[in-house]
Amino acid sequence: MSEIIKVEHLSYVYNPGMPDATAALDDVSFSIEEGDFVGVMGSTGSGKSTLISHFNGLNKPTSGAIYVDGRNMWAQGENLRDFRFLVGLVMQYPEYQLFEETCARDIAYGPKNMGLDDAEVARRVREAAQFVGLSDELLEKSPFELSGGQKRRVAIAGVMAMHPRVLVLDEPAAGLDPEGRDTILSQIQEYHRVTGITVVLVSHSMEDIARYANRVLVLSKAKIAMYDTVEQVFARAPELLELGLSVPQVTQIFLRLKEMGLDIATDVYTIPYAVKTIRKALQGKGAV
Amino acid sequence: MLRDITIGQHFPGNSILHRCDPRLKLVGTIAYIVVLFVAANPVGIALSIALLALLYSVAKIPFKMILKSLKPIVPVIIFTAVLNLFFLTGETPLFQWWIFTIYPEGVRYAILMAVRVMALIAGTSLLTYTTSPIVLTDAIENLLRPLGKLHFPVHELAMMMTIALRFIPTLIDETEKIMNAQKARGAMLDTGSFVQRVKALVPILIPLFLSAFRRADELAMAMECRCYHGGEGRTRLKVLKFGREDVLCAAALTVLLGIIVCTRFLFA
Repeated sequence: MSEIIKVEHLSYVYNPGMPDATAALDDVSFSIEEGDFVGVMGSTGSGKSTLISHFNGLNKPTSGAIYVDGRNMWAQGENLRDFRFLVGLVMQYPEYQLFEETCARDIAYGPKNMGLDDAEVARRVREAAQFVGLSDELLEKSPFELSGGQKRRVAIAGVMAMHPRVLVLDEPAAGLDPEGRDTILSQIQEYHRVTGITVVLVSHSMEDIARYANRVLVLSKAKIAMYDTVEQVFARAPELLELGLSVPQVTQIFLRLKEMGLDIATDVYTIPYAVKTIRKALQGKGAV
Repeated sequence: MLRDITIGQHFPGNSILHRCDPRLKLVGTIAYIVVLFVAANPVGIALSIALLALLYSVAKIPFKMILKSLKPIVPVIIFTAVLNLFFLTGETPLFQWWIFTIYPEGVRYAILMAVRVMALIAGTSLLTYTTSPIVLTDAIENLLRPLGKLHFPVHELAMMMTIALRFIPTLIDETEKIMNAQKARGAMLDTGSFVQRVKALVPILIPLFLSAFRRADELAMAMECRCYHGGEGRTRLKVLKFGREDVLCAAALTVLLGIIVCTRFLFA
């Protein structure tokens, strides 16, 4: 596997030179392997959104470098637009960026900007719409007639249709009902599985990260606090709590059980695995 | 880039200028502008600039902020200077070419005018740098109160100004967000022909208008929920007080401006 995104000593300062200058990122270095599903977490103001907007050149680093697919983004002679197509970014509340008369035309905005011909654009719109479960009927409607969750899916499809190598999503499920959350996140997971592209998911929900990601990046106070596999990160529950984060609720239960003296594994992050672990523990005791 | 707009930008601090009664600052700024036009002689203008420099250093605002506030009006300054240069006539021409004639009076007046406009902008910027917009509208409402007797909707006007000012940074933020979102989808905002650039604005303006309307709607609802019914009988959390410090400032400013006005009679 190769590194698709490499960040080297990245620092970013808001309002430099003003009394309210603040470092949003402070000497951050890490890399993301192609094909990974990386969850990014951190409390509010830890620099998550700032970090991901560096991935496609919306923010220029105060210092440090970013490589995408081995190319230095801010090197002389590089065209930033190439990187925007390489790394597709879905911002927070992306439904507020919709503007076209029909959903299909809004999804087509990105691919059209890439200079693709009409047939290819139409093909990609249909394909992206399928990934997020939008029917042909919905595609011909105005985005402003849709529900919040549907709008959000149109906006995500608009980025998917650009066929980026990395799909970055900033809290794609924020403000949706539980069903809407599950729908959108499992569609993203399915997209990741089918296309094999790298996904970076920013989320406040430990459950979502545990369920979908294979690696977790934890940011705290403009620095990287942890960057490891899901198992390794959630195994450090006390540290996470100290950072103002937590572990999935189901893990909390197992930690508590262990505390109460039960001989049980605590590396449990998802409900199905929890059920299995409990079954196993009960069987071990001879009771079912 | 949108953040470079300095008009109405507040530069937080805790100097005597920041703490001063906003009504005094407002009246003082107007007086300063009047003085700039009354004291139309080199000494007067020089003293006005010296006063401004003094005030800026008291307020601890970096001088580069002045340059920042002047940047957007450079074309206006050049325009006025050039107009004055060519249209003022005197006795002996300094320079003549084709239909253009320049007189020494023109040169003098052009420089004076340019410097005066710069001082004017720097002076008003000082007001907004040291006074938060909300406090400033409070002062305006307070100063305009006598007009209320003539059934002039003072409170409503002040509330509209407060809301407008309050939403400028929000809308700038929003614009940046939407621009970023569309850039992420490959929008080209600063290249291409004029027509292409205007067309490229559509994906930004439509979401921006929608969000402005949505915000207005939500704000109106929130205000109604809290029983807002206009200015009648409304009290304030922060009542403007004209304290000892303010009296001193007012006296100092009056004396200094008085001196500058006097130069008109001494040096003209």
